[in-house]
Amino acid sequence: MNVLTDNFSTFAKGFLGTVELTVYASALALVLGFLMASFRVAPVASLRAFGTAWVTVLRNTPLTLLFFAVLLGLPRFGLVLPFEVFAVLALGCYTSAFICEALRSGINTVPRGQGEAARSLGMTFEQTLSVVVLPQAFRSVISPVGSTLIALAKNSAIAGAFSVNELLGTYKTLSELGYNIVWTFVWIAVGYLIITLTISAIFNFLERRWGVAR
Amino acid sequence: MTTKTLEATALYDIPGPRTRQRHRLYGVLSTVVLLALVGWIVYLLFDTGQFTYTKWMPFEYKGIQELLLRGLGNTLKAFGIAAVLSLALGGLLATGRLSDHAPVRWVATLVVEFFRAMPVLVMIFFIFVALKVQPLPALVAGLTLYNGSVLAEVFRSGVESVERGQREAAFALGMRKTQVMAHVLVPQAVRAMLPAIISQLVVALKDTSLGYLITYEEFLHAGKLIASNLDYDLPFIPVVMVISPIYIGMCMLLSWFAQWVSRREQRSPKTEAVEVAAAEPGTLLPRGGPPTAPRP
Repeated sequence: MNVLTDNFSTFAKGFLGTVELTVYASALALVLGFLMASFRVAPVASLRAFGTAWVTVLRNTPLTLLFFAVLLGLPRFGLVLPFEVFAVLALGCYTSAFICEALRSGINTVPRGQGEAARSLGMTFEQTLSVVVLPQAFRSVISPVGSTLIALAKNSAIAGAFSVNELLGTYKTLSELGYNIVWTFVWIAVGYLIITLTISAIFNFLERRWGVAR
Repeated sequence: MTTKTLEATALYDIPGPRTRQRHRLYGVLSTVVLLALVGWIVYLLFDTGQFTYTKWMPFEYKGIQELLLRGLGNTLKAFGIAAVLSLALGGLLATGRLSDHAPVRWVATLVVEFFRAMPVLVMIFFIFVALKVQPLPALVAGLTLYNGSVLAEVFRSGVESVERGQREAAFALGMRKTQVMAHVLVPQAVRAMLPAIISQLVVALKDTSLGYLITYEEFLHAGKLIASNLDYDLPFIPVVMVISPIYIGMCMLLSWFAQWVSRREQRSPKTEAVEVAAAEPGTLLPRGGPPTAPRP
């Protein structure tokens, strides 16, 4: 029990590391995911092909391999950045593939007739997209995007094994100090539960507020 | 080629001749940009000397090829054991969650929700570090607990997705619960669940690479051994270029198999009414998303 009280600062540092990693990687994943989703529904074939390749490759890549390639491989390529930045890049790109698919399935849930109706009212393409289709698409993807971001928070644990400061990594420091390893893990588990439950609560709130039942 | 998207979304009107011309222009421009990007990466690879002979030499040696093959074998071994055990655990937990006895249901629900909420790596590290288990059993146990719990949800939602009338009719004929399950519900549910099960196995296959982090001698571990060898001028990039296509290829094959099964199921009139969404990796959120895709 005193593992937590004695080492509160170590835990807090790891916890904040995980939160930071999750927030930055989520932002990157959402931006990239949106970009890839728009590529995948674009009328231009080469962009669609690029989006499809991005999603297919990243969805089938083991995250550990991606971390290995980015954190250990890219520096050999002449690209040297702090490990934290690399970790955000790897996590963000990996998750963007899943975000992209969630958004795309959201766009596909909007019935085709809605777009046709909007156009028959004389709306331009921009109006159809921004006033009719996208608002509905966003509302129907709230919960899948939430699950994906929860998975991101859980996946960020892998970054700790590649010596990025985050929650799981704290076990090394504490076991070297000779603390009870089982209790250390209990508190690490509690830390992850706090993070995932918070994301879950945020998205449940958004879902109640804006979600649509289809 | 554009017509397929046009039918699928509400986004675009059917383009006229001028729009089509504009789209062609965009197509050419974006192709040029993408090719330039690829060219730049290839240039960087050459510029930093990734194609020098020393860096690719290790792959010519028999010992190193065997090392890689052994690693691949270990990956597949961990995957095979974890897959079988996850299916077994998933079946057990799903039975628990569908039980008529409330305490059994509660325990199963608690187990399922807890193991789905934990990062799988935390479980693997806990078993490896705190319980001092060998790398292979630790990896397999972690994968089994996580994927078993997710599969339990897949099984449960599969059984529950079979139309209510079927269960009622079977009970009305005087069948006991076990008989209803074994003869009526499960056979129908399995067909509908199959794509979701296979795509969960893709997740298990991907996660075997976590074994690298607990010094299990799998494929990535073999790659790391070669990559950090000074004699070959630290061939990190060549190693990534050799092992990632194999890893990604294996996962893609399994994903495609899931999609193929799913398409076959959709054509089959027997399963028309039943569709199982994949259980989500997170917790406490409603399900959603396509059933055949591997999850994060």
